[in-house]
Amino acid sequence: MTDTAQTQTKAPTRLQRWADSDFFYQFKHSPVAIVSFTVAVLLVLGAIFAPLIAPYNPFDPASLNLMNGFSKPMEPNAFTGDTFWLGTDDQGRDVFSTILYGMRISLFVGVAAVLFAMVLGISLGLIAGYVGGWTETIIMRIADVQLTFPSILVAMLIFGIAKGVTPIEYRDQMAIWVLIIAIGLSDWVQFARVVRGATLVEKSKEYVQAARLIGRSGPAIMVKHILPNVLSPVLVIATISLALAIIAEATLSFLGVGAPPTQPSLGTLIRIGQGFLFSGEWWILFFPACTLLALALSVNLLGDWLRDALNPRLR
Amino acid sequence: MTHLLNISDLSVHYPTRRGTFIAVNGADLTVAPGEIHGLVGESGAGKSTIGAAVMGLIDPPGHIADGTVSFRGEAISGRDAAGMRALRGAKISMIFQDPLTSLNPLLTVEDQLTETIEAHLNLGDKAAKARAVELLDRVGIPDPAERVKQYPHQFSGGMRQRVVIALALCSEPDVIIADEPTTALDVSIQAQILDLIKELARERQVGVILITHDMGVIADTTDRVTVMYQGEVVESGTTEQVMGTPEHEYTKSLIAAVPRATLKVHRFPQLSYGGRSTRFAIEDLARNWPTPPKSKTGTLVQVDGITKTFVQRDSIIPAWRKMFTAVDKVSFDIREGEVFGLVGESGSGKSTVARMIATLYETNGGHIYFDGTDITQLASREERDAYRRQIQMIFQDPFSSLNPRMRVDAIVAEPVLHHKLLEGHAIQDRVDELLDRVGLGAEAGRKYPHEFSGGQRQRISIARALATQPRFLICDEPTSALDVSIQAQVLNILKDLQEHLGLTMLFISHDLPVVRQMCDRVGVMRQGQMVEVADTEQLFAAPQADYTKELLRLMPKLEGLSTEGLENA
Repeated sequence: MTDTAQTQTKAPTRLQRWADSDFFYQFKHSPVAIVSFTVAVLLVLGAIFAPLIAPYNPFDPASLNLMNGFSKPMEPNAFTGDTFWLGTDDQGRDVFSTILYGMRISLFVGVAAVLFAMVLGISLGLIAGYVGGWTETIIMRIADVQLTFPSILVAMLIFGIAKGVTPIEYRDQMAIWVLIIAIGLSDWVQFARVVRGATLVEKSKEYVQAARLIGRSGPAIMVKHILPNVLSPVLVIATISLALAIIAEATLSFLGVGAPPTQPSLGTLIRIGQGFLFSGEWWILFFPACTLLALALSVNLLGDWLRDALNPRLR
Repeated sequence: MTHLLNISDLSVHYPTRRGTFIAVNGADLTVAPGEIHGLVGESGAGKSTIGAAVMGLIDPPGHIADGTVSFRGEAISGRDAAGMRALRGAKISMIFQDPLTSLNPLLTVEDQLTETIEAHLNLGDKAAKARAVELLDRVGIPDPAERVKQYPHQFSGGMRQRVVIALALCSEPDVIIADEPTTALDVSIQAQILDLIKELARERQVGVILITHDMGVIADTTDRVTVMYQGEVVESGTTEQVMGTPEHEYTKSLIAAVPRATLKVHRFPQLSYGGRSTRFAIEDLARNWPTPPKSKTGTLVQVDGITKTFVQRDSIIPAWRKMFTAVDKVSFDIREGEVFGLVGESGSGKSTVARMIATLYETNGGHIYFDGTDITQLASREERDAYRRQIQMIFQDPFSSLNPRMRVDAIVAEPVLHHKLLEGHAIQDRVDELLDRVGLGAEAGRKYPHEFSGGQRQRISIARALATQPRFLICDEPTSALDVSIQAQVLNILKDLQEHLGLTMLFISHDLPVVRQMCDRVGVMRQGQMVEVADTEQLFAAPQADYTKELLRLMPKLEGLSTEGLENA
């Protein structure tokens, strides 16, 4: 009776499943998760819709007025009488607008770098875990060697090489892509390690044996059977990596090897701002730095919460 | 008779966000000194929860909602943590199921024993050590003075469980709660451990609560028995009375489902207690089933001297490598249309043989012929695929044999898609039909594996195995992870497969009564070698090999069990 009754009720839709899941329930009852999720979403939306939200276009020289330079936040400018929420920099650029545009670059570089690291790390981790033997040894040794280099150093190295080989007129355009590859390359190892470990566990389960018995090939088993089952830890690392990638980008840009001044990221803004710190124009540094902090912290807390929520041992 | 332990009207509730789960509802149970009280029921019946309630070990948010547990007339269920600690381990101790995880691998047996002895008895270091040796001797460990210095990994499974029992005896407890103490052990070791528990109960007048799902253990070991179903006690009495003349419908259905070694039944009685669906319709599958080509010789699978070695320690230098021979020159034949049983204890190589036949492992010597073709020599993927379509496997663990991220219909359809057997709508029709015939209904296809119970998952496994319409089915301990009533259902399905579809089967089990019910011929394996191959009837009536005789001797006798409902089945 119970069995047949169950099978005859309609299977719930995906949305119903999601709303009823333990995962969503835990989310609803975690203030940290809700706050950090909200902050992260607001910042991302702000970055995406920057051209619509930003009161000025900081990269349009026609809209800039040097007279507006060094306006204090929320105070009318002494010469023009214009008010800027977060003040302006030496060029008269609205800090609020530059932050919105800067986040676009920061987030784009961060997300793209993590995606790059994920694709590389997951593929190599899956292959290492599933194939085993020499293949595994070689891949994991490369990963070990990679880990001995500080990631900033790797990124700077790649950046330096790229700068040397690209013609000068393409350098600014290339900078963003080089950043992505540099950060991604220094980040793939942890994906590979986690995926390899999870693959070893999944490989020994009987559903993989069943798929082999059917006659499925190695790649098909890896992609169709194992991959979906190793993705939850990857999701956790991806979130935490995103925060780290955003910080790494900011660090590189701060050091002057990242985003060019024509396409300033949050890191570039901080670098520009620190020059004015001791002359009293604190807002040029303070607000971009706060934004970076809020972005990295919210994404990081979200990642931490995800790790707890998805870890069956902690439940 | 005064009661050591008295549980009355005990209810344990677990509040969850989907309402309160009542794990135990108004259970009564008493234990007298020197008595072994069996607590039997299927998984989820609340047996272990009662054990945990007595020990005060119920995980929050679970709690005792009602009723009392009293020890020597004194209520203990309301005690605080410190009060429970004084009792737990000292007066009431526990033996857990898995001897691997209940000992600390980093401490010697002596460390663990003396720690417990010193915590409970007022003894000096020397006296405690002497007592540790004495206890090991008492639980039947040879050379106790030497072995006490060893670490848990140096003991075998059975020996380790003896150490766990010694640990439980350290404080000279009055009550021992044994939670499935032999489930993880082989039959031969199980018998020894149960004998030891019986002896201890008699000799020290210890009251034992023996929690188990195994009716054989209950019938052979306990004095009294309490049967639980979904948190409630359905029947309680002396073992003889409950097992021999059960009164409650549930107890009757449970006992009827136990496979007997002495009585072969055509079908297990259909259990309908509690409204569980048992309907399946394998005979309807037969209409669309192709009649398999008859093999020329009547022998479908011929296994000729196969060997499998595993690398234990790898090294570049061949002399340093350590190999382990899991299967050593095993030969046997499986005739067309028969069920061939492979029995043996854990580590005897039965599953390895099965995996070699299924081409999941490569052989290190020997040949396997399937319908005359040597499958160890198949080189190309096409050749192997053609063979693989004819052979399928049902695995032991229903919780790991289905991909948790795939929908059930995709799981069942995968073999059909891979071998390109059908196209378009015909695939869905095949899947729906299969799910329907194994008793799940076509609707089940839209769910995910975690929404099903163990028995239902095993049916999904069977549906997947049947999707390619194979000729040969390998069942690797298909029911050892299932409750006895669910086991009966799955075994009935397998019997039907053989009867209506003419499938040839290799049936692997460590459970002799099950083998008796299922198989036409049986091979007995021990330490990678085939000890004996014989017709089932002949093997049970007149075993030839010493090892087979020993296995049969240790098999639970189940003599006191009611045979109601079996004669006309």
